[in-house]
Amino acid sequence: MRNDIILSGVGGQGILSIAAAIGLAAVDNNLYLKQSEVHGMSQRGGDVQSNLRISDSPIASDLIPLGTASIIISVEPMESLRYLPWLSETGWLVTNSVPFINIPDYPAQDQIISEIKKVKNHVILDADAIAKDAGSARSGNMVVLGAASHYIDLPYESIKNAVAKLFRKKGEEIVAVNLKALEAGRSFKMG
Amino acid sequence: MNKLLLLGDEAIAQAGIDAGMSGMYAYPGTPSTEIMEFVQASPEASSGKIHREWSANEKTAMEASLGMSYAGKRSMVAMKHVGLNVAADGFVNAAITGVNGGLIVIAADDPSMHSSQNEQDSRFYGKFAFVPVFEPSNQQEAYDMVFDGFELSEKYRVPVMLRITTRLAHSRSGVARRKATPQNELTLPSDPRQFVLLPAIARKRYHSLLGIYESIREEKISSSYNVYTKRGDKRLGIIAFGLANNYLAESYRDSEIPYSTLKIVTYPVKDSLFNEIAKGCEEILVLEDGYPIMEELLKGILPGGKTIRGRLDGSIPREGELNPDIVSKALGLPVMIGSEIPSVVKMRPPSFCKGCGHADMYLALMEALGDYTPGRVFSDIGCYTLGALPPYNAINSCVDMGASVTMAVGASDAGLVPSVSVIGDSTFTHSGMTGLLDAVLKNSPVTVIISDNSTTGMTGGQRSAATDRIESICLGIGIDPQHLRVIIPLRKNHDENVSIMKEELCYKGVSVIIARRECIQTATKKKKSEATRKDNQ
Repeated sequence: MRNDIILSGVGGQGILSIAAAIGLAAVDNNLYLKQSEVHGMSQRGGDVQSNLRISDSPIASDLIPLGTASIIISVEPMESLRYLPWLSETGWLVTNSVPFINIPDYPAQDQIISEIKKVKNHVILDADAIAKDAGSARSGNMVVLGAASHYIDLPYESIKNAVAKLFRKKGEEIVAVNLKALEAGRSFKMG
Repeated sequence: MNKLLLLGDEAIAQAGIDAGMSGMYAYPGTPSTEIMEFVQASPEASSGKIHREWSANEKTAMEASLGMSYAGKRSMVAMKHVGLNVAADGFVNAAITGVNGGLIVIAADDPSMHSSQNEQDSRFYGKFAFVPVFEPSNQQEAYDMVFDGFELSEKYRVPVMLRITTRLAHSRSGVARRKATPQNELTLPSDPRQFVLLPAIARKRYHSLLGIYESIREEKISSSYNVYTKRGDKRLGIIAFGLANNYLAESYRDSEIPYSTLKIVTYPVKDSLFNEIAKGCEEILVLEDGYPIMEELLKGILPGGKTIRGRLDGSIPREGELNPDIVSKALGLPVMIGSEIPSVVKMRPPSFCKGCGHADMYLALMEALGDYTPGRVFSDIGCYTLGALPPYNAINSCVDMGASVTMAVGASDAGLVPSVSVIGDSTFTHSGMTGLLDAVLKNSPVTVIISDNSTTGMTGGQRSAATDRIESICLGIGIDPQHLRVIIPLRKNHDENVSIMKEELCYKGVSVIIARRECIQTATKKKKSEATRKDNQ
């Protein structure tokens, strides 16, 4: 078993929480893991990504080779496209549809959506709205993780436990809201 | 045994704690910051009373670390690669004094300049100072090398460098811990003159250092990490240094490596290892992250040797970080590429956070400078460097920590009056204060704006040594109280701030304007943690 996952978004959007949840679940299943993160200047509103590799055999490189990633999980639609050179032919692209606009030349949304639809295996969802319905507008990242969970070779129960563990320090209420967001993403069906 | 999931930085920190370190010294700098942060947050470090306060800059950190070593205890000092330039005086001379307690200098390099001004390779400093270097290829080695680094350091009484790069610093993986070692007792050096580098003593110590450096080539503690693996295909031999070993393994993930390989992760290396691999193959491929230091050494300068491929002949790009695709290509292996990035995808450079005080400071400064010709704002290293980007385009330099003040002084000497310096609070106490003294001593017509967000912002909000001290420091250095102004960079104060800046720009001497408003990130974090605390009560 080997999953090479690229997480993408804009600095401050919470991709590292998604990475941490998958990481915890992987460790829970006694898998090998390498996860490369971006810290520093880009975190100030720039594009950020994380290479997350999980496997049942030892992993050599911290970086995923081109054309081999099994999933791109993105909390921002334009950012999901930036990593297409790494996505394998059979890979999945799972992304939030809500743009984060902090640059003057941000492209028209329909252009982005149409590029995403060109990817054979894609899931695009309004994670912000789904998160809001689930009780917390700030849990969009967990909605995206829920939607992507179908394509990660980890038991869903483990991912749920990991999310609960991740937010435990912040209180029961926060745990419940994030689990609800995860569940809502998981049950999302493309129209 | 249960493994911990740790960043490379965190693995080093945990190892320091487990290996009996008594003091950790550092100034924040990407990608090294998380080492100190981990030690600061560690309950074990707290119960072991490990000293772990941020230092004012890398030089003071280096010297404090050497002082702890003098007293017989183990210490580590961490910095980003350019921080080692600041600490270089202490670093190079610490090799001459040697150490008493074990001393590890962690230099975190940033090839491809993800968050830096250059991609200098700290292995050069190791060679330059005759300091042995460990270059871990993964998180586990990073952990283990701290233990072995301390052992090597105490056996030969020399400092040891641990060289990492961004990729390892900021990548997480499982790490198995070793049994903890107790801290050393306080013991002074047996030779009371060991640390007194008067020329007569320094000459002796330098002579002995050269001998030690040669002995370390054969030393098992370090050289056992370097592994020669002989294989059948003689067309190529591969020498891979540090992290490059992972990319090599990745390139042959689904098949066996056909060529002989030499894994090098500690320096200096015994020549026989190189001779052995060279003897058994027709060509050599050198894979190293950073400068082609070893490639140059292996090539020599005279023609007629073995063909050596690497960064110098274009087999590997001359600049930038290695990755699995570059290595595969150099090995003639296929590189798959997904689809291209669609043209609708635009660049998204970092930018000021919404509500950042630096942005309001720049808006005021741009208006205040409206009557002058452009090109007179010298800035510095920090979040406020983002003032270089549109829509501000407000600054004309960013060179090194503190250079804003001193470059403004030099430019005003040349006749560029007024010259303006924009520097952050933490950068000011790091290396701006001494430059301000130069300015005061010659009464340079410069306006120094200290954009004080009361934290070390760019690296994630570490304590700033300047907090609550800037006014007294400036007055102590000799700034005229009439020309020490404090403003609050908020939109509602814009007009007032512009007029204060205009007044000081006209003054033909040194003025300091402190633009003070807390970093929006740390302010939000504080609010959140207070709210959580109240909820839990």
